[in-house]
Amino acid sequence: MNKPTAISIGIQRGKLEIKQFMRQRESVVFTMLFPLILLAIFGSVFSNTIADGVTFSQYFVAGMIASGLVNTGFQQLAIMIPLERDFGTLKRLRGTPMPASSYFLGKAILVTVSMLVQVALLLAAGVAFFGVNLPQSADKWLLLAALLILGSACSTVLGIAFSNVPKSGRGASAVVSPVVIVLQFFSGVFFVFSDLPQWMQQVAAIFPLKWMTQGARSVFLPDSFATREVAGNWETGRTFAIITTWLVLGLIWAIRSFKWERD
Amino acid sequence: MSKVISVSQLHKKYGHTQAVDGLDLEIEQGEIFALLGPNGAGKTTTVEILEGFRDRDSGDVKVLGFDPATKGSAGQGWRDRIGIVLQSTQDAGDLTVYESVSHFATYYKNPKDARDVIELVGLTEKSDALGRTLSGGQRRRLDVALGIIGSPELIFLDEPTTGFDPEARRAFWNLIRTLRNEGATIVLTTHYLDEAEALADRVAVIIKGQIVEIAPPAELGGRATSLATISWRDGAQVCSEKSANPTERVTELAAQFGGEIPELSIKRASLEDIYLEMIGGHDE
Repeated sequence: MNKPTAISIGIQRGKLEIKQFMRQRESVVFTMLFPLILLAIFGSVFSNTIADGVTFSQYFVAGMIASGLVNTGFQQLAIMIPLERDFGTLKRLRGTPMPASSYFLGKAILVTVSMLVQVALLLAAGVAFFGVNLPQSADKWLLLAALLILGSACSTVLGIAFSNVPKSGRGASAVVSPVVIVLQFFSGVFFVFSDLPQWMQQVAAIFPLKWMTQGARSVFLPDSFATREVAGNWETGRTFAIITTWLVLGLIWAIRSFKWERD
Repeated sequence: MSKVISVSQLHKKYGHTQAVDGLDLEIEQGEIFALLGPNGAGKTTTVEILEGFRDRDSGDVKVLGFDPATKGSAGQGWRDRIGIVLQSTQDAGDLTVYESVSHFATYYKNPKDARDVIELVGLTEKSDALGRTLSGGQRRRLDVALGIIGSPELIFLDEPTTGFDPEARRAFWNLIRTLRNEGATIVLTTHYLDEAEALADRVAVIIKGQIVEIAPPAELGGRATSLATISWRDGAQVCSEKSANPTERVTELAAQFGGEIPELSIKRASLEDIYLEMIGGHDE
């Protein structure tokens, strides 16, 4: 029989990860439905318009899609991997010929699939119930695709890297979730970013979520809204540069710090 | 190259504790080898170094001719040839037995058939049960299935029967013997001396990071040549004496009683007696 390759094993792992994910009802509900619940709440509470032709729901969907990148990548992995470390999953895998890269490829597949499902659900619910307008030009769709791919990759490696921070699997959620929620508030997911205090904007600008959110606005809001951004334009180049920087830093951090068992 | 494992002058220190202190060990192909020793004696550290989970401070280690401390993807070919059954894991609760075993098969060059392995460990009826619904003993057998799916030449078993009922242990021992008869070398750590006695061709006793003796279970600590205890009933009295020549003494007694000796028993020190004596002076 031929030697299995890192990629073929990685694809097998991806399928297995999805199967396991679907069988954990709590995680399906938390990861997939929670953003929809938020959309329903915010969409109902804030029925005002932010600018000409920009409803709050339209603004909020852009923020929730960026958040979806963080939830399905960073948050999901930074909570799941410490549990796998505690349960002995990682140590067992370390004792097999499975290449480490296959494990990470499996996680990336899980993140990509759950991210795509989440974005699709958000867009479908937004269009169906909250009058959200989809992008009209091919350029905008391409921009969205690029943002999702890069943002998801960035979020994945940061989740793997951050998985070494929680001291135990049980405590992981308590460590990771506040980080995500604070970043969401600071990054203009729940509020109009330019209305936030300046110091908050400056802190948020260090982290990738602010840029993912801004990138998503450049896809879902009319170009006329760009003047209401802090910089007065979409800063697309800078957005991609900063997310890429975090991707590279996260990759180095993940490779250097990853542990297969708890000390 | 009939040595599957060879270790010389192995050292490993954690902080100020010398966990392994100049350990030497050779394990032959096709044997069942048991490592005994009190907790904290360096058993687990030694096994984890052999398994490539832990780095050593110094010493030479070869496992299937390969240094387990080798970094990077070079170890994958080696890992393909060994199987590791760890202590208590609780992963893969959301996968069925068959899904887990058949998935692990994809990691190996020459895997066994997943259904055959499940049958071998006696989980056929539980093939479609989720991992988290298995009992402790079934869970352990799944661990073994995952450890042997890759047709390993060398199998590490870490306290494999903890929590088993007596019947399950017997079944498990037969499974281990089957694997050995198929040609695998087996390295076992256990706290159960009857397990070591029933299974192992040789046992090693580790104390304070060193091996104090390696011998077949029947010969450990001079057991084979130790004094035998003969006891019998003489009227109302139970008699007992130690003898270096029990056969001779029994012949005398038989003559004395003119045939059957009442309630005769001849016992040698059990492996447990010998073991406890060996670690007695060292237990902290």
